[in-house]
Amino acid sequence: MRKNIFNRILCSAILCGCIFMLSGCHGREGLSAFEMPEQFDDTREYEITFWAKNDTNKTQTAIYERAINEFETLYPNITVNLRLYTDYGKIYNDVITNIATDTTPNVCITYPDHIATYLTGTNLVVPLDELYADGTYGLGGSEVKFDSPKVSEIIPKFLEECSIDGHCYALPYMRSTEACYVNKTYVEALGYTLPEVLTWGFIWEVSEAAMEQDEDGTFLVNGQKVMIPFIYKSTDNMMIQMLKQKGAGYSDESGNILLFNDTTSELLTTVAAHGDSGAFSTFKISSYPANFLNAGQCIFAIDSTAGATWMGTDAPLCDISEDKIVEFETAVMMIPQFDVRNPSMISQGPSVCVFNKEDPQEVMASWLFTQYLLTNEVQIAYAETEGYVPVTTKAQESAEYKEYLSEIGTDAALHYEVKIKAAELLLNNVEHTFVTPVFVGSASLRDAAGQLVENTVKSVRRGQIVDAEYITGLYSDITALYRLDQIGMQNSRLASGEKELGPLPKASVILLTALAVVWGGMIVYVIRQFAIDFL
Amino acid sequence: MKKFITLLLASALVLSCAGCGSKGGDTTSDSSAADVKSEGVMTYDEYVAAPLDSEVVIETYVQDKQSWWDNKATLYTQDKDGAYFVYNITCSEEDYNKLTTGTKIKVTGYKAEWSGEVEIAEGATFEIEDGNYVAAAEDVTSLLSSDDLINHQNKFVSFKGMTVEAAGQDDDGNDVAFLYNWDGSGQDGDDLYFNVSLDGNTYTFTVESYLRDKTTDVYAAVKGLNIGDKIDMEGFLYWYEGVNPHITSVTAAK
Repeated sequence: MRKNIFNRILCSAILCGCIFMLSGCHGREGLSAFEMPEQFDDTREYEITFWAKNDTNKTQTAIYERAINEFETLYPNITVNLRLYTDYGKIYNDVITNIATDTTPNVCITYPDHIATYLTGTNLVVPLDELYADGTYGLGGSEVKFDSPKVSEIIPKFLEECSIDGHCYALPYMRSTEACYVNKTYVEALGYTLPEVLTWGFIWEVSEAAMEQDEDGTFLVNGQKVMIPFIYKSTDNMMIQMLKQKGAGYSDESGNILLFNDTTSELLTTVAAHGDSGAFSTFKISSYPANFLNAGQCIFAIDSTAGATWMGTDAPLCDISEDKIVEFETAVMMIPQFDVRNPSMISQGPSVCVFNKEDPQEVMASWLFTQYLLTNEVQIAYAETEGYVPVTTKAQESAEYKEYLSEIGTDAALHYEVKIKAAELLLNNVEHTFVTPVFVGSASLRDAAGQLVENTVKSVRRGQIVDAEYITGLYSDITALYRLDQIGMQNSRLASGEKELGPLPKASVILLTALAVVWGGMIVYVIRQFAIDFL
Repeated sequence: MKKFITLLLASALVLSCAGCGSKGGDTTSDSSAADVKSEGVMTYDEYVAAPLDSEVVIETYVQDKQSWWDNKATLYTQDKDGAYFVYNITCSEEDYNKLTTGTKIKVTGYKAEWSGEVEIAEGATFEIEDGNYVAAAEDVTSLLSSDDLINHQNKFVSFKGMTVEAAGQDDDGNDVAFLYNWDGSGQDGDDLYFNVSLDGNTYTFTVESYLRDKTTDVYAAVKGLNIGDKIDMEGFLYWYEGVNPHITSVTAAK
């Protein structure tokens, strides 16, 4: 009986060893790194998925569909299945979910912050450096069946934004920034003149002036019961840009969290004061800035240039009923600055990455489609749907795009004045744009930056006092909520080189497992012999 | 003696059955009984009167669940006097699974308004209480064009005998009875938008995909609508820049 027990233990140890060895052979550590094949095999059929984001804009959907049709005509052996999203966060969540089941899309609209998280999986995202530089299938390659831009024709700053740890993991697809859409009519009615460049001080002052009400609670400037003079759509951008303009900390390239500093506290104190008076609110608290702006209930609406078609009396897209829309002149301005001589604004907009697959030929098919999204046909058409700008000089300098810009204001649809002014705002200020460092957890840090503003405004609206004690508590809550303390540790480990070492090679895993099995067997044998001799 | 024991056991059985039946409290949809609130809990009227951004404590009954994600749940709730939309309440997945139609909950949070929708703001907390109430759909068809409609905001309601109108046009320029997303920019699985009219007024109704996804009867029913169909509907009287009901059932008009 005792012998049987020892035999079972011995057998179990060997079995476990075998399982470990087998699992080592089956690549539990992730996909192999993508190796570019010498030739794309166009005799095979490929079916790839493309997860795309649109701004709830039918024209954008149509452009994606047209691009797919045209690409499939050029490459009849590649079928592209489109899945549409209207939210970057939802794409991010779905990618994370699908990583576990090995069902990531082939091509995906994304943000570099999100790619940093995807990169924690082994070889999940394909580095594009070799692909785009390839003379045959790369950008402008000899065997590419369409007029692809060359690497040198991508705006260098935009391409650089897709670089993580020295490798390019995405191509820029569209770029935008934020704009301040101003009800100029009301600003002047309040006795102010818009400066050439808005300052934070100017916006706060005018916003407070707009809060004057009669004894019935009607706001004097608009004659309505509702007025929120200043509404910010993306409060993460608000905080990030304010800190950048102030030269204050947010994060660094090593992934250190610098957000919780004295400047942030000062900014939150200012935000609290104007939140308390009702002069300032946010999208999350009140609603879309465009709805209030167009109803004459907001004077300064800060939103993406990619939201320009919703802004203004004649906006082609609008969520409020016609009877609520108010006539006013819309000024499209750079976001407010602390130093007007050194303006600073965020660079944002979708990029596109390629997910790795077991079959390198499938990756090649994905890469070719990704590249197609940078053709003039797609770039110009998509840029014209909103206040986006194309990411290539090839598109920006084309006669077609220049003609589009020159016809500004000739109609209230394709050439809607506010939309083209928003695009021009970025075209004229690319050198003043910036992006934040990308690292594991940088997406969470961004959310945290916005949440500081949201919580502060909510708190003052609810009658709480925002003082030093409150802000200290807020920092603590936000750190815990977004696990920012863990982010710092993760990036410290990465910075110390653990990431570079990567997982053990398969051969090493097999060798070590075999050694463990042999040692385990020897120990069991000795114990067994000892037991037999002793008993 | 045997008869006495038999009687005793039978009585115990009856009592235990009754006990099981009453667990969970008021299981009927009896709207005539007064909704008695616990100590420190607001009545519906007090909730309505409370200013925006003030703290509110309510007792209400879950009528439907919209979504759960990352320990946040969005709920359609109602008591016998009125309805409360509860947005992104703090909720574990385990607790979310305990919430069924009629479950009584006590909610503590802040009152807010977002694009006309009065709701309990993100971050509220709740506890499950004994009690159960399932609201019957209240017919608000006749109120659609009246200012009184907003007083029924968030309630489970019905609309009778409305006519399906064109929601937009397809790529070939043909009128269509519904759109994926408000402008047709979506695809199967996204929210459905459709227009229905009554007495010359047209309204936009929605099948909110988080509430009723593409596998549900109502999603299929809306996809099967034709312009000119006469239909009855049920749903929650949600608001977004005006009335925008979240529809849960569509049937041919009776």
